[in-house]
Amino acid sequence: MLTQDEVKHIAKLAKLKLNEAELKKFTGQLSSILDFFGQLQEVDTDNIEETSQVTGLSNVTRPDEIIVDGQEDALLDCAPHPIENHSIKIPKIM
Amino acid sequence: MKNITSLTLTQLSNALTDGSLTSREITEAFIKNIEAKDGEINAFVTTTFDLAREMSDASDSRRKLGKPLSPLDGIPMNLKDVVSTKEVRTTASSKILENYTSPFDATVWQKLKDAGVVLLGKTNTDEFTMGGSTENSAFGVTKNPHDLTKVSGGSSGGPAASIAADFSAGTIGTDTGGSIRQPGHFCGITGLKVSYGRVSRWGTLPMASSLDTIGPMAKTAEDCALILQVIAGVDEKDSTTCPIEVPDYLSHLKKDISGLKIGIPKEYIIDGIDPEVLNTFNATKVILEDLGAEIIDISLPHTKYAVPTYYIVAPSEISANMSRYDGIRFCSVPEESNDLESIYENTRTQGLGDEVKRRILIGTYALSAGYYDAFYRKAQKVRTLIKQDFENAFEEVDAIITPVAPSPAFEIGKNTSDPLQMYLEDIFTIPASLAGICGISTPVGKSKDGLPIGTQLLGPAFKEERILNIAHQMQKSME
Repeated sequence: MLTQDEVKHIAKLAKLKLNEAELKKFTGQLSSILDFFGQLQEVDTDNIEETSQVTGLSNVTRPDEIIVDGQEDALLDCAPHPIENHSIKIPKIM
Repeated sequence: MKNITSLTLTQLSNALTDGSLTSREITEAFIKNIEAKDGEINAFVTTTFDLAREMSDASDSRRKLGKPLSPLDGIPMNLKDVVSTKEVRTTASSKILENYTSPFDATVWQKLKDAGVVLLGKTNTDEFTMGGSTENSAFGVTKNPHDLTKVSGGSSGGPAASIAADFSAGTIGTDTGGSIRQPGHFCGITGLKVSYGRVSRWGTLPMASSLDTIGPMAKTAEDCALILQVIAGVDEKDSTTCPIEVPDYLSHLKKDISGLKIGIPKEYIIDGIDPEVLNTFNATKVILEDLGAEIIDISLPHTKYAVPTYYIVAPSEISANMSRYDGIRFCSVPEESNDLESIYENTRTQGLGDEVKRRILIGTYALSAGYYDAFYRKAQKVRTLIKQDFENAFEEVDAIITPVAPSPAFEIGKNTSDPLQMYLEDIFTIPASLAGICGISTPVGKSKDGLPIGTQLLGPAFKEERILNIAHQMQKSME
C-alpha cells in the first residue's frame, strides 16, 4: 500500500508536479498495481539468472573513429532555448 | 479491377511492375480515401500529401526507365508517429513533442525511402506507445473502422486502422508488449512483431529499450514479408541488431506446412476469454489441421506471471528513457518557466499525459533504493523463467498458437479509468515480448457483431519466415 506522501516523493524524484486530485487518483491506482506485482513473490527464483537483455550479444563495438555528419546545428536548433557558441543557453542553475 | 485502395500491397506492387497502375494513381486513390473518411476514424496525426505526390512522381519516372528501387517502389505507406522523419514532425502523439521535427531519419524510414516507398503521413498511437487503445493519444482516439464506437487497439491503433480503412498499402508499427499484434486483431489485419534485434530501432522513439521492436502491418502476411525484407538486418547505429542472416522471406511463404508441429499452451485457454474468441481459436486449429499441421498440447508454466513482470520491467525502463524529455534539448517549454527546476517540472507536468506519468511513477518507485531487489531484480529473474518456458516449448514444437487478446475490440472509454484492467488486455501478447521471440496476428474470423478476431502465431527468435509461412498458408486457404 502506498501513501500519498510516498507518491508525492516519487513524483518529485521524477520531476512531475501532481495536484491534489491527481495525487489521490495516482495513489489509489499505483497501490492496486503494486499489490498486483505481489504475486511475483510466490515464484521461486533462487539460483535463477536475471535477464536484462535477450539477444546474448555483448561488447558490440565499432572502430573508434570520429564521424562528422554535419548535423550539429540542426540538433541545436531543436532546443527551445537561445543558442550561443554552439551551446544551449539555459537559466542559471545555482 | 477492384477498388485500388482495397488491393493488397502485393497486388499493387504487381500492378506497378506490369504498368497497369502508376504510383501517382495509387497515391491519389489513397489520398482521396483518407480525405473522405479519416475525419471520422482519426488514424493520421499528420498527413504528407504534397510530399506523397512528389515521391510518387519520382517513383513513376524510375519505373518508366525500368529502374525501380525495389518491389516497394511507388507503394504508399505511413509510419507510426514515433518513427523519426526529417520531412515532417514526429509527435509520439504527445503534447510534449507537438512541434518537434527530427533533424534525422529513423533507419527504418531511411531504408523504406531508399526502397522507393511513398509517405502518406504519420499515424496515431497511445502517447509514447503507452497503452492498448490509442485513447492515451494527445490527438484523440483512433476509432475502429469496423465499428466507430470501438477502439482500434493500441498502441499501433492508427497504423492498424489505416490498413483496415484502406488508407495505406502498408505501415510500420512498434510492439513492446503487443502493440502491433493486438491492434492487428482488433482491426482485422496482419501485424508482425519481429524478434528483438531483427529490425533497427535507431531513430524510433523508445519506450522500454529491452522490449521495443519495430515491424510491418498490412493486409496480408505476404505484404508483411515484402516490407520486412526491406527493413530487417544489422544497423551499426543500433547495437542490439543481431548479425543473423536475413532470409528471402517471400521464398519461404509458399512452403507446405504439413507435418509442422504447432503447440497450444494450456495456460492461454483461461476463464474470461470471450466465447467468440474461443470459437475462432478453435476454427484456427481446424484450418491448421486441414493444412496438415499437427496440433500438440503444451505448457508454458510461468505465463500468469508475465503481466506483472512486464509492468515492472517496462515502466522501469520507461522512467529512465523518459527522463530525456526535460525541456532542454527539445520539447515545448511552458512560458512561465524561469529557472531550471521549473523548466523540468512544467515541461513534463504539462506536456505528458496520465498514462505516461503513471508509468514513470511506477518505474521510479520500482528502481528506487530499498525496492530494487523486491521489484526490478525479481522481475528480471521471472523474465528468465518465462523465456525458458518458450525455449523448452520450441524443443517440442515449431510454432505456437494462442488467441491475441481475451476479446474483440472493446468500447471506447471502457477501460480508461482502470489502468490495471487495461494492462490485463495484454495478457497473451506480453510473454513473447519478454522472451524476445517473434509473433504475428492474422485475421481468422468475425464476431456476430462484425468485429474481427485474429489468432496469434509465435515462433522462435529469428524465425519470422516460419510464422509468415504459416500465416500465409492459412490466409490462402481461407480465400
